[in-house]
Amino acid sequence: MAVKAKHQRLVLVVIALVAILGAGALAAWALRSQASYFYVPSEIAAKPPEPDRAVRLGGMVERGSLKTEADGVTIAFVVGDGKARVPVRFKGITPSLFVEGSGVVAEGRMGADGTFNADNLLAKHDERYVPREMKDMTAAQARETVKETQ
Amino acid sequence: MIAELGLAALWMAAALAALQLLAGALALTPGGSSLAGVVRPAAVVQGVLAALAFLALLVVFCQTDLSVKLVALNSHSAKPFIYKLAGAWGNHEGSMLLWVTVMGLAGGFVALVERRLPERTMLATLAGQAFVSLGFYAFLLISSNPFERLFPAPPEGQGLNPLLQDLGLAFHPPTLYIGYVGLSVAFSFAIGALVTREVGPAFARAMRPWVLGAWIFLTLGITAGSYWAYYELGWGGWWFWDPVENASLMPWLAATAVLHSAGGPAARNAPRARTIMLGGVALSMSMGGTLLVRPGLPTSGHAFARRPARGRLLPGLLAIYIGGALTLFAVRAGTVTEGERFSLTSREAALVFNNVMLTSILGIVLIGTLYPLLTEAFGEKVSVGPPYFNPVSAIFAVPMLIVLAIGPLLRWRRDRFGRIARMLIVPAVLTIGTAVGLALASGIALLPLLGMALAAGLAVASLLPLRGRDLRRMPLPVWGMVLAHFGVAVALFGMGSESAFSTEKLVAARAGEVVEVGPWSVRLAGVDPVAGPNWTALEATMEARYRGAAPHVIHPQSRSFWAPPQQTSESALLTRWNGQLYAVLGDEAEDGRWQLRLWWKPFVPLIWLGGVLIGLGGLLALLGRVASDLRRVIARDKIAWRRERQGR
Repeated sequence: MAVKAKHQRLVLVVIALVAILGAGALAAWALRSQASYFYVPSEIAAKPPEPDRAVRLGGMVERGSLKTEADGVTIAFVVGDGKARVPVRFKGITPSLFVEGSGVVAEGRMGADGTFNADNLLAKHDERYVPREMKDMTAAQARETVKETQ
Repeated sequence: MIAELGLAALWMAAALAALQLLAGALALTPGGSSLAGVVRPAAVVQGVLAALAFLALLVVFCQTDLSVKLVALNSHSAKPFIYKLAGAWGNHEGSMLLWVTVMGLAGGFVALVERRLPERTMLATLAGQAFVSLGFYAFLLISSNPFERLFPAPPEGQGLNPLLQDLGLAFHPPTLYIGYVGLSVAFSFAIGALVTREVGPAFARAMRPWVLGAWIFLTLGITAGSYWAYYELGWGGWWFWDPVENASLMPWLAATAVLHSAGGPAARNAPRARTIMLGGVALSMSMGGTLLVRPGLPTSGHAFARRPARGRLLPGLLAIYIGGALTLFAVRAGTVTEGERFSLTSREAALVFNNVMLTSILGIVLIGTLYPLLTEAFGEKVSVGPPYFNPVSAIFAVPMLIVLAIGPLLRWRRDRFGRIARMLIVPAVLTIGTAVGLALASGIALLPLLGMALAAGLAVASLLPLRGRDLRRMPLPVWGMVLAHFGVAVALFGMGSESAFSTEKLVAARAGEVVEVGPWSVRLAGVDPVAGPNWTALEATMEARYRGAAPHVIHPQSRSFWAPPQQTSESALLTRWNGQLYAVLGDEAEDGRWQLRLWWKPFVPLIWLGGVLIGLGGLLALLGRVASDLRRVIARDKIAWRRERQGR
């Protein structure tokens, strides 16, 4: 064996670096395709996301728009930000503070028919526990909606 | 009064930490040795004072002293006693105080007990420990004083987030913190050894139990946290790749790597540079973990915005520690002895592979966790979830698991694959057979299929190191390794099965209706109001029959807490040997029907059973090590005693 301990150490370091850099590159590549972006209704109206891409949609649940379908567990409502409106469908148990006129973040995908199919809803809990996206939104885009709906 | 006493104790503890750091550092300089006697007592008293401060916090929480701001914000007089206590650490300031308390007590313990190391290394270690604590004291006293008063005192507190009013969550954070602090002690030993150029066998022996102990607590803490998220959130999932969860997973990954690089006869004599490097990474990750969890820098999938104002000091601290540690490491790496050579098929090579894969997975989790933060700085809001984490980490986890099956069978330094190939036939056939069988049977996704197939092979392979050995004379650490590796297989099978075979039913049902889910038929008998100490609830009564057997009655609830006003859903679980029935009660529909969500999750408890087995494996190894250390001490005493007698 001509390999000295020092050389072996060097080879190990190189292999480890390559693997870890590879992991980093892989992560960066995967993030570009897998991260889910946050939209408000007016952004969806301007430039809708690709149909099968997971995104998050945030806005105010419009008053009078909430309807429960015949199966008792599917609901349909409209999310607005004062400039645009997006219809949303969700099958499941809604979070307790999900009510008309309050904010919501829906995780899901845009359907081909222009309806947002939500897999999960995050509602505003109370003053101290607010979905992150909604904190900014209530300040910026959705102030008008709040006025409108109150 | 008690709050002021607590604050005073905290200040004195901080002053003692400063003394411990200064005296320890000066004692290392020529002519400073007169200060050496101060260091150990300072460490002990510092620990006691920190514990007193924490005790004071517990007392003000027990009394619900609303003139203390932290109590007013996080407690309520009508809360059950246990959650008044748990409320003390269920918030940022309290949990930081718990951190320094555990750290102070650990430092005091080391100062009292550890006598194997050269005294200079011990001084440097305790100074390093004080350096880390001092940062946390400064952080507490400057920006997050837990004893701050509120004037005038409010008539009632705001209460604790009801999601946290659960036994699981009352004990999960302290468990993790003990783990983090254990890592910090190991890190201090590394600093001490590097500073005094004493990176030798004594250092390795002193550091290893701390790494092992910390790792056991982290394992159990993560397992408990996962189970809590599973039953308390009512979403049916057991891991959400939430930043808070990742923050606990990353130190665990690093600690697992340290554990695997610090083992073995080679490392026993000469710890390798990467062990120390990984030790630094582990501590950085656990401090980063606290940073992630507490001041709410990133957002969690549970997506609760926290008060972000105080997130600035902790990154600064972190930068100082990580930067300082890396610099010290870079300067002193040359003094760390090199390990001996080993061939590509050897236990060492497998352990190196383990380290590289674990570090890669850690990098992937870290990048995925920080990515939303980075993009947010550029005004783009994204969230990263399972579609990223699952496949990308699997790319590294799968090869690691294959080597996990093979590695423990290899000999140290040099081996031939041909020697063990025959042993591996059974696990290999099992893996391939399971994979083919599952692929033919149904349209299972690739990852759960791989998970279950590897689990089947690994379950057998993990027991192979026992083959042909005298089981009565097997050292405890080997039992520990076998048990922990078997636990990995058990947990992996649970994960695969949960993801592949869960069935879900979401319906609106009237009282008397029967819902079928998997092999279960569940009858909704009725929904009634019930009341608890600080909540009222609607409670469903359900009769669940497994394949027509006698019914079990379960009671999922929808609870309304009044302080703070918030609803939680208390899921009901029914556990059988082959899985769990999971029931959630939703809202009442307008026509009198009730929303019900039911899951049948085959073998899901194996996930946490596996986690517990892994932790128990660690415990066996720790017991074995401590016992052999004790035996060594006793043997030395005996020899000394005999020599003395012969000399007479």
